[in-house]
Amino acid sequence: MQEHPNLSYIKELSGDDAEFEQKFMRILKDEFPEESQTYYYHIENDELEMAAEIVHKLKHKFNILCLPNAYRLAVVYEEELRSGNKQKDDNLRVVLNQVKDYLNSL
Amino acid sequence: MNCIIIDDEAAARAIVNQLCSKVSDLDVIEEFDNAIEAIKFLNHQDIDVVFLDIHMPGFSGVDFVQTLKNPPKIVMTTSDTEFAIAAYEYEAIVDYLVKPITTERFEKCLQKIKNSFTQRPKNKTGEVSSSGANEDLYINIDRRLIKLKLNEIMVVEAKGDYIEIKTEKEDYRVHTTLKKIKEKLPEKLFLQIHRSYIINFTKIIDIEDNSVLIEKNVIPISRSNRPELMRRLNLL
Repeated sequence: MQEHPNLSYIKELSGDDAEFEQKFMRILKDEFPEESQTYYYHIENDELEMAAEIVHKLKHKFNILCLPNAYRLAVVYEEELRSGNKQKDDNLRVVLNQVKDYLNSL
Repeated sequence: MNCIIIDDEAAARAIVNQLCSKVSDLDVIEEFDNAIEAIKFLNHQDIDVVFLDIHMPGFSGVDFVQTLKNPPKIVMTTSDTEFAIAAYEYEAIVDYLVKPITTERFEKCLQKIKNSFTQRPKNKTGEVSSSGANEDLYINIDRRLIKLKLNEIMVVEAKGDYIEIKTEKEDYRVHTTLKKIKEKLPEKLFLQIHRSYIINFTKIIDIEDNSVLIEKNVIPISRSNRPELMRRLNLL
């Protein structure tokens, strides 16, 4: 079954602190597109070690947005990138687009 | 306790900061997106706890721990569980938090930190000292020791590397931390009501919503500190 991003972790963390929630969403909306673009850049330039570094950061975002399958994909893919293998690029792009659409919808 | 947060991801720093904000006796003094800047900061600032991301580009969390001669208590934060064993090789590391950090796990971490202080108590002297009679406080400004009467202090505010002491007569800027001055102030008069503010609660004019009025100063009350303030008041 396909998983969908959600804010339950952020809601739990913020409690009734709406200010934190807004601040955190701003950070996510700033950081995520930037990290995605950096990932695409490194993949297109075959800089796989650098791509792995960005995947490392992205996987934390997947956790925050309650995407355990995406997180597992990123864990494996990060290691594969460090070994010179970028075969899971397409799989990651699907997740990146999904998260991008979700953040844009908020 | 005071702490700093080191993580190259703003989202990760915001999460740790939010968890810290729920703890009344834990103040986040500063955040850093790289370990080098944090080391520079620690060279001139006493810090009790460091929340430290292991995986950072260039200079990693492990590099950071190895660099410090007398490191404060360190809590490692990371997405990679396999780093856990390596982390515990260092005496300064008291806990290891796997992201995303939950409130429950963070509370356990705090207990570990507190236990670690109990096991090896600190004995440090600051730039602020109180007299034996506990009625005066001496502050060091430009190598001059100025005596303040404790009952004339209204508010103490943290401002980065400094604190501002507002008295009935004058305001003073002192290079120290809120934590240090808190240790010198008698609990019967003073109360921390926000991560950045200690107040003399005998000086309160009124309390409205989430703020306190002292002379012309409106001081915010944090959610976590409000119950203690209310407990101390002689409510009708």
